[in-house]
Amino acid sequence: MTDSMPAVAAQPPRTLFDKLWDAHLVVAETTAAPALLYVDLHLIHEVTSPQAFAELAERGLTLRCPERTKGTLDHSTPTLPNAADGSVPYPHAAARAQVDRLRENAARCGVELFDLDSPARGIVHVIGPELGLTQPGMTIVCGDSHTSTHGAFGALAFGIGTSEVGHVLATQCLLQRKAKTLAITVAGELASGVSAKDLILHIIGQIGVNGGTGYVIEFRGATIRALPMEGRMTVCNMAIEAGARAGMIAPDQVTFDYLAGCPRAPKGAAFEAALARWKLLPSDPGAKFDRELQIDAGQVRPAVTWGTHPGTAMVIDGLVPEPQDAAQQRGIDYMRFSAGAGVLGEPVDVVFVGSCTNGRISDLREVARLLAGRKLHPRVRMLVVPGSAAVKRQAQAEGIDQIVRNAGGEWREPGCSMCIAMNGDLVLPGQLALSTSNRNFEGRQGPGARTMLVSPATAAASALAGCVADPRAYPDTTPTAAALAAEPVVGQTGALA
Amino acid sequence: MKPIRRIVSASVVWPRSNIDTDQIIPARFLSTTERNGLGRYAFHDWRYRDDGSVNPDFVFNQPQNVGRSILVAGRNFGCGSSREHAPWALVDFGLRAVISAEIADIFRNNALKNGLLPVVLPAAVVDELLAHPDWSLELDVATRQLRLPDGRCYEFPLDEFQQVCLLDGVDELGYLLARTEAIQHFEENRNAC
Repeated sequence: MTDSMPAVAAQPPRTLFDKLWDAHLVVAETTAAPALLYVDLHLIHEVTSPQAFAELAERGLTLRCPERTKGTLDHSTPTLPNAADGSVPYPHAAARAQVDRLRENAARCGVELFDLDSPARGIVHVIGPELGLTQPGMTIVCGDSHTSTHGAFGALAFGIGTSEVGHVLATQCLLQRKAKTLAITVAGELASGVSAKDLILHIIGQIGVNGGTGYVIEFRGATIRALPMEGRMTVCNMAIEAGARAGMIAPDQVTFDYLAGCPRAPKGAAFEAALARWKLLPSDPGAKFDRELQIDAGQVRPAVTWGTHPGTAMVIDGLVPEPQDAAQQRGIDYMRFSAGAGVLGEPVDVVFVGSCTNGRISDLREVARLLAGRKLHPRVRMLVVPGSAAVKRQAQAEGIDQIVRNAGGEWREPGCSMCIAMNGDLVLPGQLALSTSNRNFEGRQGPGARTMLVSPATAAASALAGCVADPRAYPDTTPTAAALAAEPVVGQTGALA
Repeated sequence: MKPIRRIVSASVVWPRSNIDTDQIIPARFLSTTERNGLGRYAFHDWRYRDDGSVNPDFVFNQPQNVGRSILVAGRNFGCGSSREHAPWALVDFGLRAVISAEIADIFRNNALKNGLLPVVLPAAVVDELLAHPDWSLELDVATRQLRLPDGRCYEFPLDEFQQVCLLDGVDELGYLLARTEAIQHFEENRNAC
């Protein structure tokens, strides 16, 4: 025996996911039982939480760590302003009841709730990051599949069911089997007019809506590193649309710079200490993934979907493919498209800009850049819905609300709105909607609604043209401030037809 | 949860792939604070026409399918949202098992917590089942086997823990609560993250 330092066993290289998994293991998994995984941050909203609180109340259980749960109101809430008497224009009593129930549950259980009048309110996956509640190295869950968004910060974040919401409320833990890992490495430069939304639609088009099932995806490579945080969130947001358990991106200086300005992120010495930990998170060189894929960003073009799931993505000037099975045929028929035909020039009824996918300030800036000084095609109804109260304030400070209104669009209060169409914001039967959201399932935006998923730029270009239009046809000009003063140009969109 | 050991039924076959959670229960029916009584909304926009009348073409509306408790569906059943309302609606509607070549991750987890058995089998087997809705299928949780009327058996994947939960009606929340000491130990000893 000697007094020398104990030998440190050489640890095999680990992925980002491995590191987060190991750091949150309360009980390791065995063949007989899953792991207990600790949850750092639990986000809740009014639709998927009431039954969980009821279950706890029935069993006489309390919250283990109320301070680790944060609530917001987003799915059922109207995006129209309050009435003159201050009343909230709920679409129906059931929506109001959900909101009231979350208020009661939060108050009774000591959970912080960002209520309708809170300056921090918004879509759950928009406010977590912007407040800095979302941090690298955390486990984050929510009764909402788009929780994968938070993985953009190097967090392990995924959607859970309502029973599991109850598990987390009562024990701060989940029973989990470790997922497999899929590395998607994106190299090359995104062309001008091509966004993170086009990239993730391209990826889902490549791997399919079940291509990620059973996996946690780590998005890597120079193209991902070059994306700002908001673009990274768009990419991770839609990991679930490929069926993945979660999407993740290793934290880097872009992440740290973003967090340094967030109100709930650590400050001062605490930030420096956190930074030291966060820098250890990226996958080690040589870390093994269960599966690896390469994506060439240079191949990505503005994308649209032609069918009724996000895997039906294609380039905007592509042709609807020949159906491979009855479901694809049904999708093409539902969309009223034809195999072998293009979609450019298809008349558009509704354009929706918003959601946890594309409701952030950079998305609204992109839309404003295209709308500035122009008018919507008269056929088009356009809703622009900020992802949060903070996004709304920032957009208004930049005059984006005025640009939208001057163009003929509707500027709304924050919420999920037409993405899930629970709050009265609906696409009517048969209408074609171009939507910056994440799902084009049959009826998703209203019974009989036909949805094409697009980027903010494609949404805006199509709103101007009155039909599916390529955003690259709009020159990159008109800074926002200058646009405010500019005369509206009517009929300029005809050039695209 | 009530134990589930064996499910025997002819099947309702719906070969459509990617049957998503908005088809299982459209989002407009999620405006509820209850988990019971959602069966009336299961596959709502397929069961009913736009004018509210029953759609006789939909599989679940066909007379021979009434009372059947196994759905055989196309690939990637349950993709989309995390809404547990989906299995709540299907169980309330009378389903006890879904067989598909692939079942989406969150839906599968939610189904297991609500007495709906998710059964994943090779595509060739599922295709055969899709062609034979009148076969009486037997799903045995204890042996993790699907038994066909001609005696053929196919094993389906089922986590040992989930199997015990189904067989014994183990309540996962109770299981977690029984590990409070380990959770406390973790909280007291973890490195900040």
